[in-house]
Amino acid sequence: MTTFPFSDYIITGIFCLVVATTVAGALVAALSTRIIRGVTGLMICCLGLAGLYYFLNSPFLALMEILIYVGAVCVTIIFGVMLAEPDEPAGSESRSHYLLWGGLALLVSAVVFATVASLSLHGPWAAPAERVTDGSIRAIGLSLLTTYSMAFELISLVLFVAIIGALVIARAGRTKE
Amino acid sequence: MNLLHLYDRPAVYLVVAALLLAVGLYGLIRRRTFIGMLIAGELIFSAASLNIMALNHFLAPDPSTGQIFVLFIMGLAAAEVAIALSIIIAVYRNYRSIRSTELSELNG
Repeated sequence: MTTFPFSDYIITGIFCLVVATTVAGALVAALSTRIIRGVTGLMICCLGLAGLYYFLNSPFLALMEILIYVGAVCVTIIFGVMLAEPDEPAGSESRSHYLLWGGLALLVSAVVFATVASLSLHGPWAAPAERVTDGSIRAIGLSLLTTYSMAFELISLVLFVAIIGALVIARAGRTKE
Repeated sequence: MNLLHLYDRPAVYLVVAALLLAVGLYGLIRRRTFIGMLIAGELIFSAASLNIMALNHFLAPDPSTGQIFVLFIMGLAAAEVAIALSIIIAVYRNYRSIRSTELSELNG
């Protein structure tokens, strides 16, 4: 069986593209001034994450990431942006305040990133001895229905309570004319 | 260091997850509105999911455990967004603003 020429280079290029998409989306989500651009950045970041999950040998999770995050979570946040007015008026903060909080946020995130990144670069990662399952969708379904069936039922209960709670909270202020 | 087969190293995924965590923390501190903080929180959730998936894929004997774990994280994130947005809308209806600096009635 012959392999496609330069397939290693092509796969590595696609991987670099996926990582760049994730990082760029995250930066847009955190740094943009208008909230709607931040939501779009979150969408782009989730698309990149779906690609990373695909490279981690789980196409099922890649599909779920696009379905739940891009399809449900981001659209719900956009509804929130439409119903409230989240944009901050320009120049509402004093300059020293702005610099103080920006510097503090930058310091905290830089320290966290440096610590976690150095830990993950120098960690003694050892490969496992053997795989007990192949990680396919069939294996996921089997363990969802056997080992994790209780957690599966509980998460459906949590989602149900969240829906009811969201309806009750958002409805509380509305009165009939 | 061979740059080819970059996708076969756990460190790459872990560093990307660390970057997502750091960017999410930055947004959480820096943003002044609740929806912006919610977006930053979603970034932190994504960092946790990517970290779990990478460690599970490269180091754990059972590859389906991490996928189920991340699936549960996604469900919890969806529930969290629904609750947080309904609270945001209730706050906006009462205060006509969702800036975190203006909701200071309990500020001593």
